Amino acid sequence: MTRKQRRLTLIGSAGAVLAVALGLILFALNDQIVFFQSPTDITQSTVPTGQRIRLGGLVEEGSVIRSDNAEVSFRVTDMANAVAVTYKGILPDLFREGQGVVTEGVIGSDGVFVADSVLAKHDENYVPKEVAEALKAQGHWQGGEGEAQ
Amino acid sequence: MLVEFGHYALVLAFALTLVQSVLPLWGALSGDQRLMAVAPPASVTIFMLVLASFTVLTIAYVTSDFSVLNVLENSHSAKPMLYKFTGVWGNHEGSMLLWVLILVFFGALVGIFGRNLPADLRAATLAVQAWVSAGFLLFLLATSNPFERVLNPPLEGADLNPILQDIGLAIHPPLLYVGYVGFSITFSFAVAALILGRLDAAWARWVRPWTLLAWSFLTLGIAMGSYWAYYELGWGGWWFWDPVENASFMPWLAGTALLHSAIVMEKREALKVWTVLLAIFTFSLSLLGTFLVRSGVLTSVHAFATDPARGVFILALLCIFIGGSLSLYAWRAPMLKQGGLFAPISREGGLVLNNLFLTAATAAVFVGTLYPLVLDAITGEKISVGAPFFNLTFGPLMIPLLIAVPFGPVLSWKRGDLLAATQRLYAALGLALLMTLFTFWLWGMEKVLAPLGVGLAVWVMAGAIAEIVTRVKFFEIGAKRGFARLLGLPGSAWGTTIAHFGIGVTVLGIVTASAFQEERITTMRPGDTVNLVGYEVTFDGAAPRQGPNYTEEVGHFTIRKAGAYVTELDPSKRVYTARQMPTTEAGIHTIGFSQLYLSLGESRGDGAVDVRVYFKPLITLIWIGSVIMALGAAFSMADRRLRIGAPKPAAKRKVAPAAVPAE
Repeated sequence: MTRKQRRLTLIGSAGAVLAVALGLILFALNDQIVFFQSPTDITQSTVPTGQRIRLGGLVEEGSVIRSDNAEVSFRVTDMANAVAVTYKGILPDLFREGQGVVTEGVIGSDGVFVADSVLAKHDENYVPKEVAEALKAQGHWQGGEGEAQ
Repeated sequence: MLVEFGHYALVLAFALTLVQSVLPLWGALSGDQRLMAVAPPASVTIFMLVLASFTVLTIAYVTSDFSVLNVLENSHSAKPMLYKFTGVWGNHEGSMLLWVLILVFFGALVGIFGRNLPADLRAATLAVQAWVSAGFLLFLLATSNPFERVLNPPLEGADLNPILQDIGLAIHPPLLYVGYVGFSITFSFAVAALILGRLDAAWARWVRPWTLLAWSFLTLGIAMGSYWAYYELGWGGWWFWDPVENASFMPWLAGTALLHSAIVMEKREALKVWTVLLAIFTFSLSLLGTFLVRSGVLTSVHAFATDPARGVFILALLCIFIGGSLSLYAWRAPMLKQGGLFAPISREGGLVLNNLFLTAATAAVFVGTLYPLVLDAITGEKISVGAPFFNLTFGPLMIPLLIAVPFGPVLSWKRGDLLAATQRLYAALGLALLMTLFTFWLWGMEKVLAPLGVGLAVWVMAGAIAEIVTRVKFFEIGAKRGFARLLGLPGSAWGTTIAHFGIGVTVLGIVTASAFQEERITTMRPGDTVNLVGYEVTFDGAAPRQGPNYTEEVGHFTIRKAGAYVTELDPSKRVYTARQMPTTEAGIHTIGFSQLYLSLGESRGDGAVDVRVYFKPLITLIWIGSVIMALGAAFSMADRRLRIGAPKPAAKRKVAPAAVPAE
């Protein structure tokens, strides 16, 4: 192999690996990312059933119902609209009525959001940033600017 | 008074870093020995000053001096003593001080142990290290002063975040920071070499032990962080692709690439320009990680309470260091001579392949971590990039790399023979296929990918062993002489074998724990039993218990197998009194390398409680493998060759003193 051929092989294989990586990244960005929606977004627009989304807001006061087998249902609200959510599993320690929460899952055909993960931040003052902004959009944000960070 | 002394020591240290930033470099460029000689004592003094400052803050914590704002906000007099110590770095200011302490510690190490370096390289390296130290000391003093006082101190502090009140805080951050910050030395070496315009095999030989040191600590730090999250958060997960985890993972990937490209540079004088670029990138990614964690741009379990001024400050530092070093690189790199030709199939070729895949994987993690931030900033659209993205991008990039791992060390330098190399790996290949078929037989067609994953892990492990066994011709010369030859192998050969074996172990743990995990989530009343992979988990009841600074509800469980008693587990739900914050303590029982994992949910009032029971097969291998990798790095560092001054062509040795053994 000449020097030139060697260099070409090197550059060629580098190009190939990078192209594959780029392809994978673009494909995954198209397909595997999850959009954040507020309850208002969901009630007003039509999020297709079966599409994964993140739903965030406050856990509506008095809406948490626990049934056996560690199943729980509650409503997530942005004070303007609310969406019913069901979840099977252990809720995070800081999951409480009136507190901010982010859930991830899909909307079933009955309009109920089936969550497979529920996140509440490990800090009692915390309201997820997305939730804080969604609440602000509805004019219901009471906390200071700093708390949203 | 003591507290003011700590503050003053920091200011002194900052002033001294300014001196060290300029004089030694001036000396190196003008050939003035006296100016160059400033660097080592200065670096040691800076370290002593920052150490004094850190000690003062520790004393403030231990004595619960609530007149210091930082102690007031993050400590409590009823906190156990261990957490008073570790609480020093359980907050932004204190952890930044630890960060800087380690930064100047590395500078002092080069100052003390760099005697066999050429004087000008050592001086320039220490000057660059001082730039970085000055930047971060200024950051501490200007935006995150840990010694700020309060006028009328209250009697009691706000306590440390309960999640952090764990032995994990004593281990994870220091290890991680030594790793993170350790790459600053490689960076300083790279920038110094660019400034001096001299880059040879000896440079790679000096840089390699530092890279290995940082890399091994980063490996341990990430692994310990992962185990901590696993048992503390109660979710049973060990890696979440959380942006902050990625922030530490990116320097690790780049550092792994650097480790390998430095070998090519040392042995064959090739890939010089690339190695220097990697050294710059690796530390840049460490800085980026620091920015992500501390600027508040992320939502994450790690994020500190922050104010925007800090984010802007770190961003400015980031731009200066990364932009500056890359500009310097663009200007000086073309002057470096490339050497060492090699065929595509060769050891060098294998190491290039390693670098290609690792950098591509770093890029994938980088995009996944930063894309949501960029999209939010540009369009305001909120998205989350989670595990599915990384499984689809990072995963496929790792598979060819792992397949290639055993081939690398068996290929010869310059021009390798793939067939001969494969012949040395026949036994490993056979074993891997056997394990794949065995797993298939055990589990049937229900899981197709997992047996292949097991095979891949076994391939990497067996391949690592096959390399040294065939290298000493163990079976040809008989066991006795074989062992003697194995013991006589250089440390770096053992390092490679051990580290590669460790990767296989970690992969095996990842594959089995993800594919064959069993999970049961249910509501249990006292007396209830759930069955999981042959284990009978009986809930005996829950009782309250009082801890030093928390109250907890402890669930008592008895585990039996086929009726025979195995163990008892006491997972609990804690509420920390000072912050009224709940945490979950998982109950974990280790069986061989596997674990039974119990975590409690909300209790339901009538004695019933939500319970999550996991069986995680071979999960501890994930962390054991990481420890093995770090051990491999330690073996490599112990290689005699790295401690002895590298031989150099006499003509190039202008300022350098004769190479003297370090011993």
